[in-house]
Amino acid sequence: MIAELGHYALVLALGLALVQASVPMLGARKNDPVLMRVGSPTAIAQFAFVAIAFAALIACYVRSDFSVINVFENSHSAKPLIYKITGVWGNHEGSMLLWVFILALFGALVAAFGRNLPDRLKARVLGVQAWIAVAFELFILLTSNPFLRIPDAPVEGRDLNPILQDPGLAIHPPLLYLGYVGLSISFSFALAALIEGRIDAAWARWVRPWTLLAWMFLTLGIAMGSYWAYYTLGWGGWWFWDPVENASFMPWLAATALLHSALVMEKRDALKVWTILLAILAFSLSLIGTFLVRSGVLTSVHAFASDPMRGVFILAILVLFIGGALVLFALRAPLLKQGGLFAPVSREGALVLNNLFLVCACGTVFVGTLYPLALEALTGEKISVGAPFFNGTFGPLFVPILIAVPFGPLLAWKRGDLLGAAQRLIGAAAIAAITIAVVFAVSPGGPVLAPFAMGLALFVMAGALTEIIERTGMLKVPLATAFARAKGLPRSTWGGMLAHFGLGIAVLGIIGETQWSAERLGELKPGQSISIRQYDLTLEGTSTRPGPNYRELAARFDVRRNGSWIGVMEPAKRDFPSRGTATTETALMRRGLSQLYVSLGELKPDGSVGVRIYYKPLVLLIWLGPVAMAMGGALSLSDRRLRVGAPKPARSKTALVPAE
Amino acid sequence: MRWIPLVVAMLCLWVLPAAAVQPDEILADSQLEVRARTLTKELRCMVCQNQSIDDSDAPLARDLRLLVRERLQAGDSNQEVIDFLVARYGEFVLLRPRFSAHTAILWLTPIGILLIGVFVFVLLSRKPAKPDTDLTPHEETRLSEILRRDGV
Repeated sequence: MIAELGHYALVLALGLALVQASVPMLGARKNDPVLMRVGSPTAIAQFAFVAIAFAALIACYVRSDFSVINVFENSHSAKPLIYKITGVWGNHEGSMLLWVFILALFGALVAAFGRNLPDRLKARVLGVQAWIAVAFELFILLTSNPFLRIPDAPVEGRDLNPILQDPGLAIHPPLLYLGYVGLSISFSFALAALIEGRIDAAWARWVRPWTLLAWMFLTLGIAMGSYWAYYTLGWGGWWFWDPVENASFMPWLAATALLHSALVMEKRDALKVWTILLAILAFSLSLIGTFLVRSGVLTSVHAFASDPMRGVFILAILVLFIGGALVLFALRAPLLKQGGLFAPVSREGALVLNNLFLVCACGTVFVGTLYPLALEALTGEKISVGAPFFNGTFGPLFVPILIAVPFGPLLAWKRGDLLGAAQRLIGAAAIAAITIAVVFAVSPGGPVLAPFAMGLALFVMAGALTEIIERTGMLKVPLATAFARAKGLPRSTWGGMLAHFGLGIAVLGIIGETQWSAERLGELKPGQSISIRQYDLTLEGTSTRPGPNYRELAARFDVRRNGSWIGVMEPAKRDFPSRGTATTETALMRRGLSQLYVSLGELKPDGSVGVRIYYKPLVLLIWLGPVAMAMGGALSLSDRRLRVGAPKPARSKTALVPAE
Repeated sequence: MRWIPLVVAMLCLWVLPAAAVQPDEILADSQLEVRARTLTKELRCMVCQNQSIDDSDAPLARDLRLLVRERLQAGDSNQEVIDFLVARYGEFVLLRPRFSAHTAILWLTPIGILLIGVFVFVLLSRKPAKPDTDLTPHEETRLSEILRRDGV
């Protein structure tokens, strides 16, 4: 009954989406306020019905209703409750429902919080949003219905892939989807502006907070996914340039570029056409990502052909939306009033340069991800494009971005002073130089480029702080004055600073981990030890114990640092009889910002056990960096100037204070 | 010279990545082992999805790792090992495709986008922004006065 209820709710949501896709659009065209205002309540109602469908599927999982095929194939009655719930989106059909749920959520948010949007723009934004909803709701109902029943209900389910039975599944997909489905709003705004044929700085003010919101979640989602892969897969890697990862990374790069170009548009009324294009591209990349992950094309081009319905359907959605948007762009963009040109050395010049490199980096990831697929589809020839390619191309492209990051905020709009900015960055450069010298001194014979990379990371971090120090005059005026000024700085300034600082943190972690991590492999019998850097790990013994739906082999290690005991690490291997598969549960021990990482290999008949041990210096910074970036985004979002609808301050108080 | 003890301490802690992927695969010659690790990171485990043979647990990956080490011990250069594997398994085994006619688009796209971007950047930025020159000297002074008063 519940499954049918969910199915019915989804059909109703589709009906509402059809209304939302047409009536407000018609209203905007006829300039009929009554028709235009149909958009908001319909968007909220559509969200409510998708939410009912989503809740119904969750209920089927919680009740272990194995008469529903989707539940039977992906759940098990003995599974802990949290994994019953998260298992809902641990499969194709459920994850598409989550996708649509978040799409409808964003539509409803615009309807509810976009009160001061001009009626016409709002109607069109909600209309475009509903076009996407119609396409994907049809996709679910026609090709990926999660509510289908089995005539003879089995007693037990097949269980969820054990690798997915992890708290990571509770957090990672929802965050990631909030990010890249959230970019649909920027896309809808862009299309609405193109249909309207009018775009102004106010448009950028409305788009930027939505993009920022999606970008924050995308940043956290990608970082969370990376950490999850790191502790689950058991060989210590945290980024694999896997097509599935690239699928989320490309929209991130495009969204990052979009955030920066929207800034230029808002402040200088320039880069309009480019900003619109970026908004279209960012969500198009999300759609391409969905296609890559959901169509099975990645396993092989042939797998795609063997289950054509889904693949072709998504491909059709892809062509329709991306193609349609680009055609509309080509037709309408020339009508938009172009903003002015810019001086190369200026804040906007720096932001354009940022866009150039981000888009180039994004294009590199794009071609690296899709080229092997295209080549195989066209010529049948198989090539591999893996980590060495991406590291060799993406890496060098990111270096100029990192060097330029601290300069951007220090340049004035319109006409910047490069020399002046450079002079103000002398402190940051000195810190970088000292870092390079120190790293060289303490690790002679290490990787040659690594000290420079460390210096660059510190330069980015110190450069971010420089802006705040400059703007508060911290080193020149009394502390109280500087403090008062710091409080007076707009939150978006603090947000930008934190995001740039976070970028530096992440780079620091990446360099530390890739250049200085240590690895040991061994086979140990109880009582034997293995050492890595200054740590000694002694195998105390192994034990087997039952879990709710698995059996676990755990090994207990005593960890000593320079001879003194600091703790116990317990890596394990879990066997899941329902699927006949095993997972590795790594043990992690935090040492400052670094980690000790132990994962178990095979248990040999003679009682010895294979172990893989890593010491990962600064590894935590890889994920703390993105967290700082997302916090920067949140801080910026809380800025009253970005809050659409916040009344403008009558008169800026600081302006009344005489200049020093 | 207070830093000398620090350097000595760090040197003692410095551990070469001495371990191989499986303990029994390690070569006695540590320099050869380092070369083997570099090579195995560049080679694809052909039965896995996007994994190098260095990362993979698949039996095929292990066979390839042993093969790479065998060739190195027989005195092959890195390039010879790679050529040998490509001759045997095709280009598919390389995670970093070679530059050739059919991978030209792949390799040239990043540079292409960058060059086009730089070209457009120069094109758009060379001319001075128009509104700036449209102001009369009087307007200029008036504007800078307003700007100064608003503390911009």
